[in-house]
Amino acid sequence: MRLLNLFKIATKAIILNKTRTLLTMLGIIIGVASVIAMLAIGEGSKESIRTSISAMGSNMITIKAGADTRGGVRQEASVMESLTLSDYEAIKAQSTLLSYSSPVVEGRGQVINGSSNWPSSIYGVNPEYLNIKVVGLQSGSMFTDAEVKTASKVAVIGQTVVDNVFPDGQDPVGQMIRFNNIPFKVIGVLEEKGENTFGQDQDDVVIAPYTTVQKRILAIDHLNQIMASAISEEEAPEAVLEVSNILRVQHKLTDSNNDDFTVRSMEELISTFSSTSEMLTILLVAVASISLLIGGIGIMNIMYVSVKERTKEIGLRMAVGGKGSDILMQFLIEAILISITGGVLGVLLGLGATVFIEKFLNWPTSVALYSIVISFAVCAVTGIFFGWYPARKASALDPITALRYE
Amino acid sequence: MSKAIIKIEDLKREFTMGTETVHALKGISFDIKEGEFVTIMGSSGSGKSTMLNILGCLDQPTSGTYEIDGVRVKDLSRNELATIRNEKIGFIFQSYNLLARTSAIENVELPLLYNSKVSTEERRKRAIEALEKVGLGERLHHTPSQLSGGQQQRVAIARSLVNNPVMILADEATGNLDTRTSYEIMSLFQELNKQGITITFVTHEPDIATFSSRTIVLKDGQVMQDYNNHNVQSAANELAKLPKQDD
Repeated sequence: MRLLNLFKIATKAIILNKTRTLLTMLGIIIGVASVIAMLAIGEGSKESIRTSISAMGSNMITIKAGADTRGGVRQEASVMESLTLSDYEAIKAQSTLLSYSSPVVEGRGQVINGSSNWPSSIYGVNPEYLNIKVVGLQSGSMFTDAEVKTASKVAVIGQTVVDNVFPDGQDPVGQMIRFNNIPFKVIGVLEEKGENTFGQDQDDVVIAPYTTVQKRILAIDHLNQIMASAISEEEAPEAVLEVSNILRVQHKLTDSNNDDFTVRSMEELISTFSSTSEMLTILLVAVASISLLIGGIGIMNIMYVSVKERTKEIGLRMAVGGKGSDILMQFLIEAILISITGGVLGVLLGLGATVFIEKFLNWPTSVALYSIVISFAVCAVTGIFFGWYPARKASALDPITALRYE
Repeated sequence: MSKAIIKIEDLKREFTMGTETVHALKGISFDIKEGEFVTIMGSSGSGKSTMLNILGCLDQPTSGTYEIDGVRVKDLSRNELATIRNEKIGFIFQSYNLLARTSAIENVELPLLYNSKVSTEERRKRAIEALEKVGLGERLHHTPSQLSGGQQQRVAIARSLVNNPVMILADEATGNLDTRTSYEIMSLFQELNKQGITITFVTHEPDIATFSSRTIVLKDGQVMQDYNNHNVQSAANELAKLPKQDD
């Protein structure tokens, strides 16, 4: 009852000073709106990175030869030839957490068909590669294990390669192309995937059995990578450990030796990217929080002026029976009402701004519920925190002095 | 004999100003009985304001006793004093002290807002009654700026009546008003007094004292005179004697 009355008094005071209240609120409104919009942008970019990485196969695991020292000279990881087919076979035989695995050898060269030619990359893999990369075929078929065994000269090509070496639109399946002068029979075309997060065209590839690429194109017998996919995204970190252990045994490494290979899951990639965008989010939110803080100081300022200006009113309220606590509550409620109303308007403005950013700037955004809850809570706390000092000051006034105040 | 509402005995109030002690009240004793209309007079520096603050429970005496309606005010906390002011005293000020941009009825409701025993409906009802009593039943929703000085003071009087106080305490309540309006206000006070309301009126104007039933004159913090007025003037009659205004 009493609190309700104080609430009425506070509302009345706010209504009597509409313009001033609105201007005071503006600080809070802008603060909250920017916090929400900034968090939405941050969350949005994080989410878009996550989805595009997932599209590349989120439970993918990549094993590469690592940097090592040979005869006292530190060697670059790419020139190491420490990853071999027997490593792949060991992993395939021993691991329990992998659903697919494939050796990978890669090289660059010119794809030629008649008078058309196009520089592209060739990947030597096994048939499981498509499952690891989560990509299907739009026509034709994938080569088989038997074709791998016999090192057949067959290839599956991406759309970009098709566009460039079959410019007159004929069906590439069944046609012959040459890669670095080695003839390949095209047996399938990959589904279009477009660019990945790093701006790499995922359709600009030629895929052939790894045996063929090893022998006919690269003339090597080591592997550049081994690719695998964990049975699930959650198991990926475990699978990384398991593969590492298998390889340490395989490479006869003792406890004192460092790994001479690297095993990475996409999870790491995701978290690396996420932490970058998280950093950005923190920065944006920090800036936004400062404006919220300034909004709070604005409330304190106006409440302080209001207390000074209404000293006589406070004296009267005390004379007719208002207790110190009543006066305190009155001003505190006023401050909280200003900040919460500002908060509501700020949330609405923030959501509006987010829609605007998404629609007109084409930035990915995602409004997290927690950002609304947090900025709202911050508002209420701001009201209490910055309203407290002036309200306290009002309640501590001596009624006699306050009544005589001019 | 009616009962004493105010009992004051050997009341002293001292202020410390730096190293000096100022004795504002130097041992004052008097009683005010129910239904009395008392004026407290004195020049400035006589201790009149200090007396008023203590009577109004806005201040505490240094020593001596002050009892209002059976409650000993000394030793009460700030909050308890606020409750006494809310339930037992009606204040009227020289400068009206109405809330600006707030309607008459809301101004009158103000003391009841701080009394959680009074419901919203009762608050409104009592505020209307009080305003009718002071002759402003037609102006419930006017704000102070739409009212004349005399009408504003009437609103203030209604506000002092609304909590059914044991005593109305007026501080120079006619100080800001012209003679005609002062007489109107004084005649309203006399009317209210006739209905049994105890009024204590602090003033320095001698002619105001002639409308009261008793006058206490303070000087240098002591009671110099305390006499019953056997020839109470009627403010209504005085008003009639004033030259007519052409309006």
